Amino acid sequence: MIADIFFMGVALLTLLGALLAVSLKNVFYNALSLILSLFGVACLFIFLNSEFLAIIEIILYIGAIAIAIIFAIMLSSPMIQKKEEKPDVKKIARSFILAALFFWGLLQTLRRTVWPAANPEGDYSLGAIGKSLLSNQILPFETVSLVLLVAIIGALMLAEKKGTAR
Amino acid sequence: MSQSLQSYLVISSALFAIGVFGLLGRRNLVAVLISLELILNSASLNFLAFNKFSLPDKSLGQVFVIFIIALAAAEVCVALSLILLLYRKKDSINVEDAKELRG
Repeated sequence: MIADIFFMGVALLTLLGALLAVSLKNVFYNALSLILSLFGVACLFIFLNSEFLAIIEIILYIGAIAIAIIFAIMLSSPMIQKKEEKPDVKKIARSFILAALFFWGLLQTLRRTVWPAANPEGDYSLGAIGKSLLSNQILPFETVSLVLLVAIIGALMLAEKKGTAR
Repeated sequence: MSQSLQSYLVISSALFAIGVFGLLGRRNLVAVLISLELILNSASLNFLAFNKFSLPDKSLGQVFVIFIIALAAAEVCVALSLILLLYRKKDSINVEDAKELRG
């Protein structure tokens, strides 16, 4: 009972953070609301028995990605906008209608589909994840490490100031 | 609303729709990136919900979410450096100012 109330609160927190993250005008507030929403998602991961992923979500998403986004905001747009961006009502209405249609379609689909059910009990442990990563999923694991290396090198090459290189 | 597969799917589709709304409606590139993060999070939430309620092997969905998070980190680092490059060239991060490739 208490778990259900807490679950509803966390779900509302997540959706509220997401709504603020797309609707507020100041980009800095958007990034802060994104952190709120990511925290809610991490709590939902705990409800789904994946404590390890909840920790990873907080360390990586909030600790690295959100902070990197805030850094980019600080570097690229001054807190006081030079020219006030007037909202394009037509574009916002169009995208709202499209998103609402999308949501309605998804709701219809998940109401009509009969999902296969399995026992929620099982081995969620970190050891099982590690065994799976290094045995069955070894090829995607190595590929992801290569992708990360390429992304780091690419980002360094792109962000390098012309003329400061040797 | 109790903890069932359906309620998790409703939450993640709402997150997805909010992300799509931001992706289409915003003009600031960093805000577009933030909406993209919301969409990726809704996908991870979906994977973990199916992992709990309709998958016998409970580590498979978690492994997949680890891959999603790793790829999101790579994507964000490349996208942010592209945004900084655009800001240095154009002095703006508005999507509509980056129109060299417009057909």
